[in-house]
Amino acid sequence: MADLLNIENLTIHHARQPLVSGVSLSLAAGERVGLIGESGSGKSLTALAAIGLLPEGMTASGSVLLAGQQVIGAAERDIVGFRGTAVATIFQEPLTALDPLMRIGDQIAEVLRRRARRDGRSVSRADVANEVLALMARVALPDPTRLARAYPHEMSGGQRQRAAIAMALASRPSLLIADEPTTALDVTTQAEVLKLLETLVREENMGLLFISHDLPVVGAAVDRVLVLRAGELVEEGQIAEVFGRPRHPYTQGLVEAARAFDHAIGAAL
Amino acid sequence: MTDATPALSPPSSPRLTPAFVIGATLVGLHVIVGLITLFWAPYDPTAMTGGRLAPPSLAHWAGTDRLGRDLFTEIMVGARIALAVGIGAVAIAATIGVTIGLLAAFASRTVDDVLAATLDILIAFPTLLLAMLIVAASDGASLGTAILAIGIAASSIVARLTRILARRVLAMDYITAARVSGTGWLGIVRIHVLPNIWPTLIVNLALQFGLAVIAEASLSYLGLGAPPPNASWGRLLQEAQATVYTAPFGAVAPGIALVSLVIGLNLFADGLRDVADPTRRRR
Repeated sequence: MADLLNIENLTIHHARQPLVSGVSLSLAAGERVGLIGESGSGKSLTALAAIGLLPEGMTASGSVLLAGQQVIGAAERDIVGFRGTAVATIFQEPLTALDPLMRIGDQIAEVLRRRARRDGRSVSRADVANEVLALMARVALPDPTRLARAYPHEMSGGQRQRAAIAMALASRPSLLIADEPTTALDVTTQAEVLKLLETLVREENMGLLFISHDLPVVGAAVDRVLVLRAGELVEEGQIAEVFGRPRHPYTQGLVEAARAFDHAIGAAL
Repeated sequence: MTDATPALSPPSSPRLTPAFVIGATLVGLHVIVGLITLFWAPYDPTAMTGGRLAPPSLAHWAGTDRLGRDLFTEIMVGARIALAVGIGAVAIAATIGVTIGLLAAFASRTVDDVLAATLDILIAFPTLLLAMLIVAASDGASLGTAILAIGIAASSIVARLTRILARRVLAMDYITAARVSGTGWLGIVRIHVLPNIWPTLIVNLALQFGLAVIAEASLSYLGLGAPPPNASWGRLLQEAQATVYTAPFGAVAPGIALVSLVIGLNLFADGLRDVADPTRRRR
């Protein structure tokens, strides 16, 4: 079976300045891959290039096969056709990931209707409404009937991120890209959202590309990890291997720092 | 469940501030008066019905002008003209302005830069000068040329505001999410951009309405608006200027009408934001 995502030798330039250089990664169905590195290391840019949505002024070269189709150099209207089924994204800040002036239920319904149109199905209002409630229950949002009528500012951060996940699920993607999905949440909510993501990815047999700077979070969410530094891939391997016996000095530094942080907390307790 | 949140209040109704109520009442009064003149007025606005420059009396509530026409009737008809110009100009400004603003927001950087620079030049261009050019280019001053001139002048301001507001919305993650799931740019405009810029835009359009009313009065004052015998407030003010010391009410009455409508529109605009934006309803 073809990979959901296959990036080869991806290089991203902005004003002749390389931001990402020579990154390769592949992701098969059901596989969970982490992309870690500090801010500005090119994690998010790599993800944006993977879905063909780089900001204006940036150029990508190399090869990005999303669901077997070349994204680099393709026209936007050609990508629009398959991107919705191939991939969905979850962002760091769920408040900006949801339209502030649209009720949650309507936002999820919009994705459902778009999927139906794409598949050439006609769906009734009641069908959509029922599927919205089912999705909201799926991501463990309490009292879906009531929350479906709520605006994003009327929900908590955790609920908003759950709603964003429900929207991502609504398009039935084969690959889920999560860009720091738990960073804006408090630690307990973080754990719950991670668990939810893990369950959903397993049950739907989706691929997961998980972007984060938070090592323990990445460790809990993925099987394989790639370490990015200043736009270059410095290390790659299974979680236990990379975190247990980091080879590259940078990774060693990252792991040390995370460990020192844990010790500090342990000492304080 | 750690997700438990502050209990949701049921969808609340818009908060009506006193300023909004006063504004809406003032504007409402002018609208009602303007509508009444379509069917009835105390006198024929062009007929000489009393002595010249008569002071206010029971027969003539605001007195008469230098030709003996009933001022109150003329002011009532003037409300209709002011509102017609406001509606027309705002409709033109909204149509042209929002379209250009959205195009600029979606355009590539080069096209956007050109549009933004053009808008800045247009904004620096005085409305009155633009109106004169339009009048000169057409057959002569009329209500139509006044509406067109004011509408075009205001559209550059609306376009610039739309562009900035739309850019801010387009930078949001929910736009990226919508694009990922396959929404085209028209869909993004309809579903996300317009609803999100609407609360700010509608407030600005209401303010533009007030400015259009003042601009119309200025144009008619200069003889560039609706030609006589149309009873525009600007024309009434201009005619009363010569006799302002002997018959001050001729200038005061249309002045009160003009100021009350513009203040009403501004108060209305301020309150409108709370009504249009659901995130501001509950505080």
